[in-house]
Amino acid sequence: MDLNYTAEEVAFREEVREFLKEKLPKELSAKVKARKHLSKDDMERWHAILNEKGWLAPNWPKEFGGAEWNAVQKHIFEEETARAGSPRIVPFGLSMLAPVLQKFGSKEQQDYYLPRILNGDDWWCQGYSEPGAGSDLASLKTRAVREGDHYIVNGQKTWTTLGQYANMIFCLVRTDTEVKQQEGISFLLIDMNTPGIEVRPIILLDGVHEVNEVFFDNVKVPVENLVGEENKGWTYAKYLLTHERTNIAGVGYSQAGLESVKRIARAESANGKPLIENPYFAARLAQVEIDLMAMATSNMRIISKAAAGQAPGVESSMLKVKGTIIRQELNDLARRAVGPYAMPFPSESVEGDNDPIGPDYAAPVSAAYFNNRKLSIFGGSNEIQRGIIAKVKMGG
Amino acid sequence: MNFDLTEERQMLQDTLRRYLSDKYDTASRNKIIDSDAGMSAEVWAQLAELGVIGALFTEEDGGFGGKGFDISTVFEELGRAGVVEPFLDTAILGGGLLAAIGSDDQKALVEEVIGGGLHLALAHGEPASRFDLSRVETTAKADGGDIVLNGRKAVVVNAEAADHLIVSARESGSAADKDGISLFLVEKDAAGLTMRGYPMLAGGRAAEVTLDGVKVPASARLGEAGKGFAPLMDVIAKANVALAAEALGAMHSAVELTREYLTTRKQFGRPIGTFQALAHRYSDLLIEMEQATSAVINAAGHLEVDAAERDRQIASTRNLIGRVGRLVAEESIQMHGGIAMTKEYELAHIAKRIVMTDHRFGDTDYHLERFIELSAA
Ligand SMILES: Cc1cc2nc3c(=O)[nH]c(=O)nc-3n(C[C@H](O)[C@H](O)[C@H](O)COP(=O)(O)OP(=O)(O)OC[C@H]3O[C@@H](n4cnc5c(N)ncnc54)[C@H](O)[C@@H]3O)c2cc1C
Repeated sequence: MDLNYTAEEVAFREEVREFLKEKLPKELSAKVKARKHLSKDDMERWHAILNEKGWLAPNWPKEFGGAEWNAVQKHIFEEETARAGSPRIVPFGLSMLAPVLQKFGSKEQQDYYLPRILNGDDWWCQGYSEPGAGSDLASLKTRAVREGDHYIVNGQKTWTTLGQYANMIFCLVRTDTEVKQQEGISFLLIDMNTPGIEVRPIILLDGVHEVNEVFFDNVKVPVENLVGEENKGWTYAKYLLTHERTNIAGVGYSQAGLESVKRIARAESANGKPLIENPYFAARLAQVEIDLMAMATSNMRIISKAAAGQAPGVESSMLKVKGTIIRQELNDLARRAVGPYAMPFPSESVEGDNDPIGPDYAAPVSAAYFNNRKLSIFGGSNEIQRGIIAKVKMGG
Repeated sequence: MNFDLTEERQMLQDTLRRYLSDKYDTASRNKIIDSDAGMSAEVWAQLAELGVIGALFTEEDGGFGGKGFDISTVFEELGRAGVVEPFLDTAILGGGLLAAIGSDDQKALVEEVIGGGLHLALAHGEPASRFDLSRVETTAKADGGDIVLNGRKAVVVNAEAADHLIVSARESGSAADKDGISLFLVEKDAAGLTMRGYPMLAGGRAAEVTLDGVKVPASARLGEAGKGFAPLMDVIAKANVALAAEALGAMHSAVELTREYLTTRKQFGRPIGTFQALAHRYSDLLIEMEQATSAVINAAGHLEVDAAERDRQIASTRNLIGRVGRLVAEESIQMHGGIAMTKEYELAHIAKRIVMTDHRFGDTDYHLERFIELSAA
């Protein structure tokens, strides 16, 4: 047992810190810390900075231009970037599609798409969920029928995150309706500019355009855009989901969130004293911090195993559940901390350069509280994760 | 013991529920929220005509209700439909203060309030006061026969639509003293009064109000000089009953939407409500809703008793409603999945209403602290 990083790990952390100090643009980290909305340009700018350094793709093998870090290095990087207020890296191309292409894609697909992902030439979005297929993803209905050297795609995807910026979407589509659900699904890469595709915004409860519906009406997709074999899409999708679950605990986000709640609670006063000294608030805050301290160690335990080559199993489901509970609890505390200033609608102060209404830290917290209800819904809902844990442990 | 509504209140509830289910569906309500005014003059006028505002005032004051259970009946219905119109601000707080301590001239305005022709707002909270009701730094200084007001008021709900603001200001004492606070009826376009208006997350509008040398005649003072705190506490007690009842109504809607969804949404070939993991959590919501219903009855039923016991009851109710409200809002969203995250879906608005009631006149923790204090006294 040794709770400390090794000398190399410490050196790596220093290197990351140094890099962030030098290369993370102040305007970007200020926006992230104030929870202002990031524009497409903001996200692309940080993407390019990381790419230049060769740190954009920590997961990827070196042969594809990745950093090929081990689990501990990745964790250090995630923790440090979250703490420094780096914009999040849009995961769809880099962390979700790329591993699938690297494992199952053709040589042509790898050669064409992977460099474009690194260079930011393509913006990918994830076309899995449908109105009728959420948790029960395998029931998806979007149909792809082979006609000569094309598939003709008809149907609808939904909840497509940042689909409004995307020029490419990877989709699960049904190619066989006669067999068991899981055995009739294929994995298709679709150009969003193909005729017959329509993207409609879904505005979330905090007023933000973050997700979309994507409609397919007789969309022609070249057969070269099939990944791997026809009707094997479910296997690839499951492989992808294991990648979606890295950094699932979100320890870095929670640590940044905790600091931000403390900052607010020091600035706010209740009955003439700093809120952070109010025993009721302080007790709530301490409770979350205690949970977070333990979870950070759980996370490291699981990461060390992964670094030693053991694939994490149900532990990642456990981290997902605990991690989202802690993040949501911190969102709740931030909302409470600002008192009456939780009530204004934040759009004006979060979108633009307008002066905030009330203290600047108050503007985004209610919206973040509501928006982050999504954390326990997507990426396999917390109920689905609990189902997995029990099933695996009870041998179901 | 009798837990039935009186015939009058039952009628009021029926009328209001019928009107709101006809006229205040999700789409029309969302249109109102997105409008510049953030409320509907038509809905306001029609509800006034149906007697909704009158029900919030006693006969003596020109209404036909005004008791705790009248307030809870009305606000529970408003909450069910997620109504964003400022009944709390104009009627309970503004009208309530005029009726309680206004001069004859000031009291005369109550009739206009009841008729739906006048809007009011209470400008009491300040940027640093949080939920501390006696923390008033805005000053009122005599200047000849007039009074000059200086200060800033925070998150003044309904300020832009109000014809008059009721402004609290300190005539003596230091920042957190209960003594020395006076209330003034200030016209909205008084010189020196400026506001920055904005929409609120759960609908409706509020404003940051600046008073920069606003001059009012001494006759603008409501009640006695320096004695504004007690009457303020009286209307805030009513507001707390209203907020708790509003949250309760909204919680009923959230739970009902969840029930419908659990029985109709299918995944894995069956209604999701048949998964025991969800069925039990839905049952927990129903169990907590019984608690919430009783808590609102406790508060409403103690509005007319002595202030110490009244306030203890109210603190207990708002603490319980705060806890159960958060549970209901979060669990209803969770059990719906993605759909509840969309702005247009009824539950999204309802959940925001529930959670946001916990940011007015004290949150769950504030009321816990207060309950402990008042119980020890
Ligand atoms: C903000 C946001 C962004 C998203 N981005 C994307 C994206 O980019 N691409 C994409 O493809 N998808 C995306 N999703 C979709 C997301 O993956 C789904 O919302 C998720 O899979 C849940 O599906 P659902 O919303 O249809 O809920 P449902 O599956 O209908 O679930 C409703 C409720 O039932 C519960 N439930 C379901 N089955 C069971 C069971 N067997 N046992 C117990 N409880 C159960 C669920 O946990 C939930 O509480 C996004 C969702 C959101 C909210």
